[in-house]
Amino acid sequence: MIKIEVGPADFDIGAETQHVAGQGGGAIASFVGQVRDDGNLASLELEHYPAMTQKALREIAEKAVSDWTLHAVTIVHRVGKLSVGDNIVLVITGSDHRQAAIEACSFIMDKLKTVAPFWKKEIRADGAVKWIEERASDVEASEKWQR
Amino acid sequence: MARSINIIYFAWVRERLGIDQEQVSLGDEIETIADVLNMLGEREAAYADIFADVEKLRFALDQDYGLSTSLIGSARELAIFPPVTGG
Repeated sequence: MIKIEVGPADFDIGAETQHVAGQGGGAIASFVGQVRDDGNLASLELEHYPAMTQKALREIAEKAVSDWTLHAVTIVHRVGKLSVGDNIVLVITGSDHRQAAIEACSFIMDKLKTVAPFWKKEIRADGAVKWIEERASDVEASEKWQR
Repeated sequence: MARSINIIYFAWVRERLGIDQEQVSLGDEIETIADVLNMLGEREAAYADIFADVEKLRFALDQDYGLSTSLIGSARELAIFPPVTGG
């Protein structure tokens, strides 16, 4: 019921949604994060800590399943070099009710952004390179989940 | 008996140090993550620079988050990295 994939490969949103829908309930929520074009971004490089990533994502997914009574959770996160418009992350939750599915999906994304050990490096069109820094708004969003 | 720990680095910590991991022997006086940072900083100035502001660093012992005050105990792996930025 919990499916977690981390790797360079792209994902098929339709197929992944079918997979979650096939595990019961009638409410499926999903979030897709892509590389945003903010003007002169050429690409992103995503690095992670493989031994810890699986563990961290599984803990987040398990908490979501128990707190919102989900039938299924799928988390896919890409690593490596990604271009503007490419998919980065996919979260799908399946539940009996709309609110549970949507809230759980939001919870998973908020926690993923502040807990799962991924790091993004920006490569600009002019060749400038910079590691993205943590955003205070992401930390606040993560901390608001006190359930 | 001397303990040792594998230290792994990620993102700009890895780039600035120029290595992604190293095996380090720990004397009996090394109890916390902060002790490890101080020991490495005394060994090489580059470490002292990078570890100067622990607020900018995050730590994991055997793949669970810890604080600079956390005890190393019998952990086999210490990871040192910047705040995460996935998603």
